[in-house]
Amino acid sequence: MAADRILRIANGQGFWGDSVDAPARLLEEGPLDYLTLDYLAEVTMSILQKQRRRDPSRGYATDFVDLIRLVLPRLRERGVRVVANAGGVNPTACGRALAEVAREHGAHGLVIGMVTGDDVLDRLDQLIASGAPLTHLDDGRPLAAVRDRVLSANVYLPSTAIAEALRRGAEIVVSGRTTDPGLVLSPLMAEFGWSESAWDLLAAGTVAGHIVECGAQCTGGNFSRWWEVEGWDHIGYPVLECRADGTFVVTKHPGTGGLVRVDTVAEQLVYELGDPARYVTPDCTVDFRTIRLEDEGPDRVRVSGVRGGPATDTYKVSIAYLEGYKAVGTLTISGPDALPKARVCADALWGRLGRAGLTFERTITEFVGVNACHGELGGAPERAPEVVLRVGVKDASQAKVDRFGKELAPLVTSGPPGVTGFAGGRPKATEVLGYWPALVPKDRVRPEVRIEVVP
Amino acid sequence: MKRVPLYALAHGRSGDKGDGSNVGILAYDRRGYEILRAELTPERVKRHFDGIVHGAVERHELPNLLGLNFLLHDSLGGSGSASLKTDAQGKTHAMALLRLVIEIPDDYEPPRPGPQGAVAPGGELDGAARGGAR
Repeated sequence: MAADRILRIANGQGFWGDSVDAPARLLEEGPLDYLTLDYLAEVTMSILQKQRRRDPSRGYATDFVDLIRLVLPRLRERGVRVVANAGGVNPTACGRALAEVAREHGAHGLVIGMVTGDDVLDRLDQLIASGAPLTHLDDGRPLAAVRDRVLSANVYLPSTAIAEALRRGAEIVVSGRTTDPGLVLSPLMAEFGWSESAWDLLAAGTVAGHIVECGAQCTGGNFSRWWEVEGWDHIGYPVLECRADGTFVVTKHPGTGGLVRVDTVAEQLVYELGDPARYVTPDCTVDFRTIRLEDEGPDRVRVSGVRGGPATDTYKVSIAYLEGYKAVGTLTISGPDALPKARVCADALWGRLGRAGLTFERTITEFVGVNACHGELGGAPERAPEVVLRVGVKDASQAKVDRFGKELAPLVTSGPPGVTGFAGGRPKATEVLGYWPALVPKDRVRPEVRIEVVP
Repeated sequence: MKRVPLYALAHGRSGDKGDGSNVGILAYDRRGYEILRAELTPERVKRHFDGIVHGAVERHELPNLLGLNFLLHDSLGGSGSASLKTDAQGKTHAMALLRLVIEIPDDYEPPRPGPQGAVAPGGELDGAARGGAR
């Protein structure tokens, strides 16, 4: 393998619900070797778990299958491979759906990889019995506190699993729970032959993945200096040009909008960052203080110097449980005197619920346009021309939460004048999912790789 | 000394992290970074977020990025999907911190101009710079 070989990896989906067009655009707008797509967030797993309980053939990101239906011929024409955690809680069913799409396209010989082993929902009691208490990572409570309400439990799998699927020839790999940066690290391990203990290289690949995992957030999206960004309507999604020595360039395809500069990349490096000295993944630990960024021409940032350390002997488990119910509703109040009138509405609402004998575990009253995001920091404009009153409750009792939802509409006729915007119907109670992070010894979990060749 | 919003000499980004949010604040040059280190103590940041941050404020340094990373514990009104807030993930917390008014030496000119409001009289952040520091 030539030392100067460049592997191009793009991320076309930062989360389930990101741009519909970005993945297809990345295929058309410039050269590419790998397309990665991130579909999973903590709450997504429990939603998918619920879908699978209703229908055993569901539980994965169906949008992903629709996307592949659209782009499969182009993928094969251009030899671009895809890595996605679209498998959700049912990668095997996702793989089966992909095989069906491949048959529709006559894509004979397509190799599909499925990575499983992350789902430990059915093994929780066994794990606890075997001496893995799954205590809450932040406050040390034993899982028993919420055991009977657990909805999903998934281990963050190491990147070795997807890398193995790629080494075995998979052109599309779907996994369950893997880390977001791992979607980028795994093809680097497979293509450059990085070993499982090459800590600096694994750390570099992890940083590369961290930078692109939120899609356009490193190419101008969410950038503080937003007034310097051009071409928002055709913003480019990130493309990495990676080398075997662990250095890489962050860029985007030519002619796309957005901005890639040291400061746009630096902002993404600190996004959702904890202790920079110790960024822990199932693959390695990373010291973010070693990362060196340099501008290398327009929309090109070179990243080097990344140092890492050994992986820990545990995997993180993400457990979701039913924590109660919530409902949130809004009313729009026009001026004159929008804010004082909104306050009257809020007081009336909470007063009426109080008289009905209802109290809640938690409530919220926000005046959107005045204080919803920053409290009093923005200054309270007493003369706001109009205000959205946003109220909500959270409680263990679904009935109480639904009762709250019935108290909003009456304010349109029994409150101050100029109250409107109650078109969406009563806010209904929705489930609140609690999130329970825990650790499990690595030897209790076995990632599994399945390869299927479409006949 | 002159009073300016943090936005005049720094940029940043925030999101959810564990039981709260994290805010990364980045300077444009070494001198700006040293000002951040001196001014943005965890106590000062905690005071700024009075009513929003209910837990501790933790600070980490990233000299290579000219940045500070703050962990704002218990700042989202509940974790998971339990929060009732509009900003349940702390996405706007960086913008909130960039509103903080600090004192910087008269001879320090940040290498990159901030948003119009932070440098131009009459802009949205100008009033904060003249008065209302918290």
